[in-house]
Amino acid sequence: MKVKAPEAPKSPAAIALLAFALFWIALVIVLPLVNVLFEAFRTGVAPYLAAILEPDAISAIKLTLLVAAIAVPLNAVFGIAAAWCITRFEFRGKGLLLSVLDLPFTLSPVISGLVWILLFGAHGWFGAWLDAHNIRIVFALPGLVIATVLVTLPFVARELIPLMLDQGTDEEIAAVTLGARGWDVFFRITLPNIKWALTYGVLLCTARAMGEFGAVSIVSGHIRGLTNTLPLHIEVLYNEYNTVAAFATASILAGLAIVTLILKTLLEWRFADELAAHRRH
Amino acid sequence: MSLTVQNITKSFSDFAALDNVSFEAHSGEFLALLGPSGSGKTTLLRLLAGLDQPDSGSVTFEGEDYLALNARERRIGMVFQSYALFRHMTVEQNIAFGLNVRPSKDRPSKAEIKAKVQSLLKLIQLEDLGKRFPSQLSGGQRQRVALARALAISPRILLLDEPFGALDALVRKDLRRWLRRIHDETGVTTIFVTHDQEEALDLADRVVVLKDGQIEQIGKPLELYRKPASSFVFDFLGTNNQVTATVSGAEAKFDGFTAPAVVSGELTGPQVVRFRPFDAHLSKDGPGFKGKVLSILPAGANLRLELQSEDGTVFETQHAHDSDASDLALNDTVYVKPIKVYVFGN
Repeated sequence: MKVKAPEAPKSPAAIALLAFALFWIALVIVLPLVNVLFEAFRTGVAPYLAAILEPDAISAIKLTLLVAAIAVPLNAVFGIAAAWCITRFEFRGKGLLLSVLDLPFTLSPVISGLVWILLFGAHGWFGAWLDAHNIRIVFALPGLVIATVLVTLPFVARELIPLMLDQGTDEEIAAVTLGARGWDVFFRITLPNIKWALTYGVLLCTARAMGEFGAVSIVSGHIRGLTNTLPLHIEVLYNEYNTVAAFATASILAGLAIVTLILKTLLEWRFADELAAHRRH
Repeated sequence: MSLTVQNITKSFSDFAALDNVSFEAHSGEFLALLGPSGSGKTTLLRLLAGLDQPDSGSVTFEGEDYLALNARERRIGMVFQSYALFRHMTVEQNIAFGLNVRPSKDRPSKAEIKAKVQSLLKLIQLEDLGKRFPSQLSGGQRQRVALARALAISPRILLLDEPFGALDALVRKDLRRWLRRIHDETGVTTIFVTHDQEEALDLADRVVVLKDGQIEQIGKPLELYRKPASSFVFDFLGTNNQVTATVSGAEAKFDGFTAPAVVSGELTGPQVVRFRPFDAHLSKDGPGFKGKVLSILPAGANLRLELQSEDGTVFETQHAHDSDASDLALNDTVYVKPIKVYVFGN
């Protein structure tokens, strides 16, 4: 089936709407991004490079990537498992599980951070035990990871659930009757069918994980060079009136977000046929 | 190679989907499970495929307890209304799937699999489309691929769940003939679920009629037609007209005329009797039920008339195109006389 290509807008109302949309995007997205770059390079390239190559900045970049590298795979696995349960089985408490999945979206990130302090902090429920066994969770990498995991929990599952509901279980049932074992069904049927939604969910999850501020800020303890992720590092610089360095580091974070976006667009462009075939079927 | 289903009962929370169902599918037989939606036919199919377990009862295949086997071990070829083709695989990969997932000791060689796929493509007459993806095929072609995929594992039984439900009328009829031919060629025992009585009567060796989770009747298509066991079977197999008559022996007595009656059991006295549209005789001046012609429409090889009697009852009758009925016009008055009626009790 051929879809008629939309025409260019002709009526004054359509042109006005389009102009407003473009103006709005320029105002709330393009302008701030350009401003970040402008401020970052305000005093030239040398201060920019100095700001991003400074040891604390490098360590913040590494830490941010490390946290994302741990949190995203965890949430990808969780997302697939949750989507599988929710779309393939009927069970008591399914509605509750769906609501809980959305909780991180509605919860303020500050709370998502605070709960871990209450649980694992020095005065928290498990604080004394953890201290006695010399295990550090808050103000250390594990705390950053679990806070990030909580905040980005829904991204993969939320991408997968509508797709898996739409695709139904017939293909999997057919595979089973044809003699496929559980893992065969998953790797040969389920996974190929959800790979694009999964990729998309993972990209969104990654972008969010790298940019997370609130929850991470609570559990981090702001130890420079140790537990400061990029967003926290930027805040510290900004509070010290070190504008150029703050914006230079911000440009790195914005760059990571843009790279994620480009990757997503490239995937969509490269595999447009396959994506369309999946939707059409 | 026969399948025996005995006393199967299955309930979902508060309603009985299947209630004490027993039947047998003989080796090589083409059996239809016919019933309206909610009659339990799909539940039954799922139990046979091993996708669900019954609450009680047994399923045996050649004496082997089928319920003890899981869906993978039963080697049942299943065809779905939705086709359920693997969308990311080509037609060839779809057909080869059941062979490729076998554990390596049972798996045929690559060349054998390829040869099998080719022979199946030939069987379904899609030799040139092996490299296509399902989304590039028509509905009828997809269903043929689904059948080839099910046949690839040399199934002990073939289960088809409303396989033509999503296709348009012409393709459907075509595929029906074709399916019957494939069945006759391969000889595989086939169980076919449908709510379409025409399809069931046209295709199957025997038909199992289900209603509310219970079997109403099992029989050959002609038996069902000639000796329906209940008013449900009679009504489900086609259009019916209902009138009251006084029944005695094998005769139904109407006001001024009689008709031979097929009576189930010992029924006498005033009864509701039923007759088929083609078991009706029309005349200009009686005897019969006086009626006015409401509509005259072609119905395939016949003319279909709707007649309204004075008390408001609407009769549907069928006649040959070249019969006297073709001379009738709308609003003409005519007498309808049933020439054969069925009595099932009130």
